[in-house]
Amino acid sequence: MSNLAILPILIPFIAGILLAFLNKHIPLVRSLAKIITVAQLLFVSWLCYLVYQSGSIILETGAWKAPYGIIIVADSLAMTLVLTTNIVAVACVFFAPVSLTEKQERFYFYPFFFLLITGVSGAFLTGDLFNLFVFFEVLLMASYGLIVLGNGKVQLRESLKYVLINVFSSMLFVTTIAFLYAIVGTVNMAQIAQRVQEVDQAGILTVIGILFFFVFATKAAIFPLYYWLPNPYIVPNPVVSALFGALLTKVGIYAILRTFTLIFVHDPNLTHTLFIYLAALTMIFGVIGALSTHNIKLIVAYNIIPAVGFMLMGIGLFTETSISGTLYYLVHDMIIKGSLFLIVGAIAYVAGTSDLRKMGGLIHHYPVLGWMLFIASLVLAGIPPFSGFIGKLLLLQGGVAQEELLIVITGLITSLLILFSMIRIFVKGFWGEKSDVLPTKPVKTAPFTWPIAFLLTFSVLLGLGAEWVYPSVQSMAEYLMNPDLYIESILKE
Amino acid sequence: MTRTNDIILRTTTSLIAFILIGFSVYLFFSGHNNPGGGFIGGLMTAAAIILMNMAYGSEAMAKVLPVNFRFVVALGLAIAVLTGVGSFVFGQPFLSQTYAYFQLPILGKTELATALLFDLGVYLTVIGVTMTIILTIADDRG
Amino acid sequence: MEIIMSVLAGILFATGIYNILQKQMLRIIIGTALVSHGAHLFILTMAGLKRGAPPILTEGIEDYADPLPQALILTSIVISFGVTSLLLVLAYRASRITGTDNMEELRGNEHE
Repeated sequence: MSNLAILPILIPFIAGILLAFLNKHIPLVRSLAKIITVAQLLFVSWLCYLVYQSGSIILETGAWKAPYGIIIVADSLAMTLVLTTNIVAVACVFFAPVSLTEKQERFYFYPFFFLLITGVSGAFLTGDLFNLFVFFEVLLMASYGLIVLGNGKVQLRESLKYVLINVFSSMLFVTTIAFLYAIVGTVNMAQIAQRVQEVDQAGILTVIGILFFFVFATKAAIFPLYYWLPNPYIVPNPVVSALFGALLTKVGIYAILRTFTLIFVHDPNLTHTLFIYLAALTMIFGVIGALSTHNIKLIVAYNIIPAVGFMLMGIGLFTETSISGTLYYLVHDMIIKGSLFLIVGAIAYVAGTSDLRKMGGLIHHYPVLGWMLFIASLVLAGIPPFSGFIGKLLLLQGGVAQEELLIVITGLITSLLILFSMIRIFVKGFWGEKSDVLPTKPVKTAPFTWPIAFLLTFSVLLGLGAEWVYPSVQSMAEYLMNPDLYIESILKE
Repeated sequence: MTRTNDIILRTTTSLIAFILIGFSVYLFFSGHNNPGGGFIGGLMTAAAIILMNMAYGSEAMAKVLPVNFRFVVALGLAIAVLTGVGSFVFGQPFLSQTYAYFQLPILGKTELATALLFDLGVYLTVIGVTMTIILTIADDRG
Repeated sequence: MEIIMSVLAGILFATGIYNILQKQMLRIIIGTALVSHGAHLFILTMAGLKRGAPPILTEGIEDYADPLPQALILTSIVISFGVTSLLLVLAYRASRITGTDNMEELRGNEHE
């Protein structure tokens, strides 16, 4: 029974190994990958339902009792994020064959893809701080493999920077775990949380908390540690960009959310207030980046950063409303970033360029793509009734309730600027005179549009069905704000 | 490329490679209760293969050892995971290990543990990864 | 003893960061390797250095060494081994294709 908790990690891992063996037979690998991801999505949805119905599933690997062994905790938060990950994965695996060349697929794309899913799911599910580091490394290793796919000059150049910044922050992660181990003598998250409450060492624990924040902020691209993000995210194939944009930074945010609602809650006046200011700066600088460029891929990549700012804002405000806003926004952002990267990838493919100044009049040939971009922009900016609106509403409500009006105003202005930066693509690229540098013969876009439409449907449903989704989000926020629930479910005294 | 006179390297390699491989197998088996294990054993085996590669050239080694080391990585990972999954069959949590004592010919009473199978997976993975990385650089003369 | 080890880890970190800040790619990789050694040494030190029997249950021995930091270090060493070797291959390929191993010359914003 408890073994169910590890299956979202094991299935993609075994699939990755299997597809590495079959690598020579690309058509077979493609269809197998599609079947596996769809089957896994169904399985994970069932598991998610099970967790919602009957509470978290906890697996003590190797029959070592918690807190001595490594534990896998499938609670409602982790399962929701794993489910979202799998939704993005399905869209990406259907988009991959149309977007990648066969040579790139042969370069072990599918094994790396499944390893990435393994790492992301593992990071969400683990209940052990050191194991979190290990799964971070798994997903980073897979991302290193994906980013150099194709071995282009630009890809190698950008991947070097990407790998270096991640290697350094990983080593910092290990060092910080060593600091924490010296004080609490355990790496099990539940036991750490329990002992942190007991040891009355607020000063040094705050320092360690900030060090952890530094590590996760590098992964999540929070001001001032976001500068590495945009360029490496746009050089690989659109499918890889979509995976990165949808999943990687969100794992960082998840780690901040988990540690700063469970472990480092002893001095929220210092740590969480710092988050609010950093969130405001992250939003402003991210959206300025998005406005500063004419490259459509870069616009979307820069738009990751203000979204991270919004999620951090919810953690910083640290009330039940704001945390549920962060959760809602997290799920929404994973889906919408995945679909946006796929859309701009498809636009760049049909237009033959990603420079906005060279485009124009695309709507004549590609109306579906154009309107999907339009809807996605509205969703991203948070126009009602789409999913971005609900998340932002909850966050701003939390901000007003805490009387942090500065962040509320920053958030509102940022949303407006996000909408402006996205609509610029629509206006300049799809309206206006037909540009003469574009290929005259229209490309068939049906294979591109299905995966994007699949993701957008979820995005729209999340907004329209907010009435049904909201209670479970709220109960998750309640669960996060009461760390004792998590501790008791694992240590069972 | 001019041929260097590497008679000393070749002669010693033929001897040392065997010692290295033998010792790596010893390390691999002692890993259960003593210093050693799959990782270190795998590294040492990889070192022996690389030494032979340097002495006899990669063409000769490709004939002697016609394996794609990427498959060795995948095989090692598969073995390691399947030993973990094996505990599903017996209704135990993932990665549960067990051991028992057997009366074997010649060796006498021996302890056999399923952890060793997991270690075998690690051993193969380490050989595969190390060889893939080094051969990628070594074979590239472009 | 812990203080000496901490200072040693500090020296490793300092030399590692100095090397990371260089321009040459190989120096940067050596720098990351040094930083990771520093981090590993640091785990061992922070868990408290003490003498004791191997952490395997044997009758009559009560003073065991803490097995957890050793397990953590082993995992971390294996990971940094993998990352460093991947970084070396990547740097080799990058210097082959771009024709330089100087990070200053690897700047740039053109994306196509």
